[in-house]
Amino acid sequence: MSLRQIKEFFVQKLILICGLASIFFVVLIFLFLTKEGLAVFKTVRPLDFIFGKSWYPISEPAQLGILPLIFGSLIVTLGAAIISIPIGIACAVYIAEIAPLKIKEILKAGIELLAAIPSVVLGFIGMVTLVPWVKSTFHLPTGLTALSGSIILAFMAMPTIVSVAEDALYSVPKSYKEGAFALGATHWQTIYRVLLPAASSGIVAAVMLGIGRVIGETMAVMMITGNAAVIPQSILVPVRTLTATIAAEMGEAVVGSEHYFALFAIGIVLFTMSFIINVTADLFLHKRK
Amino acid sequence: MFKKTLLILLGLLITVSAQAAKNSNSIQIKGSDTMVNLGQAWAEKYMEEHSGDFIAVTGGGSGTGLSSLISGTCDIAMSSRNIKEKEIALAKQKGIDPYEITAALDGLAVVVHPANPVSSLTLDQLAGIFTGKISNWKEVGGVDQKIVILSREVNSGTHVYFKEHVLRKNDPNSKEEFAPGALLLSSSQAIADEIAQNPSAIGYYGMGYISAKQKQVNIAKDDKSVYVNPTIENVLNGKYPICRPLFLYTNGQPQGLIKKFVDYALSKEGQEIVIATDFVPAKK
Repeated sequence: MSLRQIKEFFVQKLILICGLASIFFVVLIFLFLTKEGLAVFKTVRPLDFIFGKSWYPISEPAQLGILPLIFGSLIVTLGAAIISIPIGIACAVYIAEIAPLKIKEILKAGIELLAAIPSVVLGFIGMVTLVPWVKSTFHLPTGLTALSGSIILAFMAMPTIVSVAEDALYSVPKSYKEGAFALGATHWQTIYRVLLPAASSGIVAAVMLGIGRVIGETMAVMMITGNAAVIPQSILVPVRTLTATIAAEMGEAVVGSEHYFALFAIGIVLFTMSFIINVTADLFLHKRK
Repeated sequence: MFKKTLLILLGLLITVSAQAAKNSNSIQIKGSDTMVNLGQAWAEKYMEEHSGDFIAVTGGGSGTGLSSLISGTCDIAMSSRNIKEKEIALAKQKGIDPYEITAALDGLAVVVHPANPVSSLTLDQLAGIFTGKISNWKEVGGVDQKIVILSREVNSGTHVYFKEHVLRKNDPNSKEEFAPGALLLSSSQAIADEIAQNPSAIGYYGMGYISAKQKQVNIAKDDKSVYVNPTIENVLNGKYPICRPLFLYTNGQPQGLIKKFVDYALSKEGQEIVIATDFVPAKK
């Protein structure tokens, strides 16, 4: 074997190892999570864990019901989705189809900047500006609510939704558009009837990825949703999310205690949720191709 | 929250620098957020007087401190609550023998917005409010407004103390809990900030956090007793009912540098620092 071939061989193997590393880590993390998380079911029945209505992890005996936390995460995510999806898709349509080149460049840079703001900064801004606003606008006893969390999270989901959706719109073949114009369709009719349906799978993937980002977000929601573990009756009450619970309580939990295992079990629930969302997004992305 | 991030960064920095200084003259102190300022003040003064010794203080909560004492990553744990039996058992398993030192006392102040007309409450009323049985200010003589309960997160010794001594009235069989709708905030400062801008909120924290932006509530043991203001004097003479000891935990009887530091904290000088940081000395 020549030196060249040897070099080639090593580089190839090195890249192979790097490629496999991420899968290896995911498997390791998953195994660890399962091992630590499933231990909680020695003391709590799985159904009581998922459908239990009270979360008092440090009482004797501890009450470990995560239903309020699941609902907390869901309502914040749902709120963020309702706000960010229409705005995000409309923004993508504008950038891909309507905006002149110059504005397009500015908008794209702006969206990338939005994605670059650390979540703790968004949370801090939300705490001092948004929370008092929500409180006074809706005449609530406190502004630390699911709605405040949803609005801030919508800002975080938007960059993902816009850039993936814009990509999807952009990759619709030019001939579709030309065909629509040739048949006498207006620009809006073309967008609404031809481009959006043609890009639909990519847009669904964009939405899913955006939601995936929202459901896993921790810092900002912990700062502005009030963290009260009650099943929310509306979006204007404080909620406690799965992520915030792990972050807030991990420091206290004595390693090897029931509480510690319960937090890992919450981790499994979160992992499963975001896994499902990512797989759905992936399915839609591949359908497009 | 910034504080927390800062603490983590500080913690990292300290771990790095402590590794460099390992085996020389350094000790690690970790635990209660309530005691961080006090620990920091002790450490600074101590290091001024004993140059060459290095003392690192980090917060994170009483539970965090005790669990790092148990796992051997700190030398002294600061705690605003007693160590739990479960934690002692776990420590024994790992060959650690927690030794308790009462270093100071802390009065817990119950605070409301300055505009709130309610300025005194009995312990029963407090328990009622924080468990959610009393949900409107008019039930305790205030305006017709829903009460917003602010509490610390469950990793806080203050949270545990308040639950056991106010909500459960020291009854180990009591099942009382904070109302599920109570907002759990991650620091005493966050509670102070929210109280300052929310006229219908009530919260609690160590006396050290009292400022003019909040109004402290006078507390009475029952409706026949006098209402007492949380001041150092009232905590010392035992009149103020919500007061707790602040502990230092070490592995076994303190020795060497750890003993030197603990002795300093308990000395007259150390106890003066306790007063300067708005706590109450353990010894008169």
